[in-house]
Amino acid sequence: MRTVVTLAVTILALWQGVIWLAGMPPFLLPSPLAVTEALWLNRAEIARHAGFTLTEVMLGFILGSTLGAALAVAMGFSQRLAGVLRPILTFSQTIPVFALAPILTLWLGFGMAPKIAMTVLIVFFPVASAFLDGLMRTPQAALDLAQVMGAGRIRIMRHLRIPAALPSLATGLRLAAVYAPIGAVIGEWVGGARGLGALMIHANGRMKTDLVFAALLVLSVMTVIFARAVAIALHRLLSRYGV
Amino acid sequence: MTAAAASVRGRAWVGEAPLFAPVDLVLEPGGWTCLLGPSGVGKSTILRLIAGLETGARFEGEVTRNQPVALMAQDPGLIPWLDVTGNVTLGARLRGTLRASFLSKYPGGRPSGPIEGPDGRGAEPPADPATRAARLIKAVGLADRAHHLPANLSGGQRQRTALARTLFEDRPLVLLDEPFSALDARTRAQMQDLAARLLDDRTVLLVTHDPAEAARLGDRILLLRGTGLTEWPRPAPRPKGAARPYDAPEVLALQAELMRGMMA
Repeated sequence: MRTVVTLAVTILALWQGVIWLAGMPPFLLPSPLAVTEALWLNRAEIARHAGFTLTEVMLGFILGSTLGAALAVAMGFSQRLAGVLRPILTFSQTIPVFALAPILTLWLGFGMAPKIAMTVLIVFFPVASAFLDGLMRTPQAALDLAQVMGAGRIRIMRHLRIPAALPSLATGLRLAAVYAPIGAVIGEWVGGARGLGALMIHANGRMKTDLVFAALLVLSVMTVIFARAVAIALHRLLSRYGV
Repeated sequence: MTAAAASVRGRAWVGEAPLFAPVDLVLEPGGWTCLLGPSGVGKSTILRLIAGLETGARFEGEVTRNQPVALMAQDPGLIPWLDVTGNVTLGARLRGTLRASFLSKYPGGRPSGPIEGPDGRGAEPPADPATRAARLIKAVGLADRAHHLPANLSGGQRQRTALARTLFEDRPLVLLDEPFSALDARTRAQMQDLAARLLDDRTVLLVTHDPAEAARLGDRILLLRGTGLTEWPRPAPRPKGAARPYDAPEVLALQAELMRGMMA
């Protein structure tokens, strides 16, 4: 905690120092004080936009994780399906999500849907690949036993492979929780008037740089809290499961 | 002579290198057959062939097995998130037959099982998985640890759990793949006594690299070397349901003979 405070103070001091020494105009780099002021004056508006972003992030995270986990299980079942899907998945990651945002807005409109879709696209891959990795690394001794015991593929999946892969799934989910807000914000930049991304774009256009920084700050804090909450929830679930 | 419990005839390669010369192993029903040999000579491959498992070697020949089988290996393969009882009943869980014990209509029994006696009255219903598991856990001496997770057990206790799990499967043919090699000498001797008692009247194939173990437990001893499989002269009969004493002169003599055979 002390290191965090020290770090924050150092950064703020450097920030203020750069402004004094370089004589930067506020529309290029607002002072920490100006950002705090903007945050306070626009608190109601920022909170409203943050609410939209958080909703998109949570819905996208849940939907994307579910899809990613389901795909990993399907690929874990069938080597052939995995062989077909793996290259497609990798290829899908070569497309920059930024490039997809306008198309998604075109298809899904200016509401929440394209932002959620964007978040799903970002969340999906780390969850699917981490979980699949775990599903493919079940201890051989347990698999041998299961085969000799006459277990079916579905029960082996349910009772051995999935539980053994839960820590890997948790790793993917923790990673995805950090990235999820990026998806939502990119979606908001491109279309619509709601959410922190939209607020930033509009403020930027009107040279209200202090408001951009204030929104950015709220986004960062929100992301940290969201990622932390996911990590704590996963830890609780896993320790109850005894893995 | 009754039909063989299992047999392996053929040879195996790993890549281009031969793993073992042509072998002809016929497992007679009843008693303990010890397959003794140094590491890397293909003992476990033969056992895995009988179990129907992937071996990683190329095998040319014929494998037969006429009986259902249970497996216990050096790695006990315990499931870390299941307690001792959960691990012992793993087979039932994986076959989807564990739920039978939750039927309240026949406490302690499953309704589909055969109930003998007139109208089934007074007859004991077949034991449900939970009751059987509890009995077996008691038999291996872990009654007070039935709800411990594997992480909280010693190496010997883990192998006891694995033994109870093997017994829970209740198969006539039991394959043991160096189950006690990772244990200290004292625990190993105790496990040998316990296994000899609890696996009596089953057909057992014990794969081991320890001549002392073969000398204590083998009703029939087969030596596997690079040159092939050699049948050792049958040792004197074992006391019923027990291992031979580890310090008896004839056991020590047999151990020395087997060691000489392995060094040859």
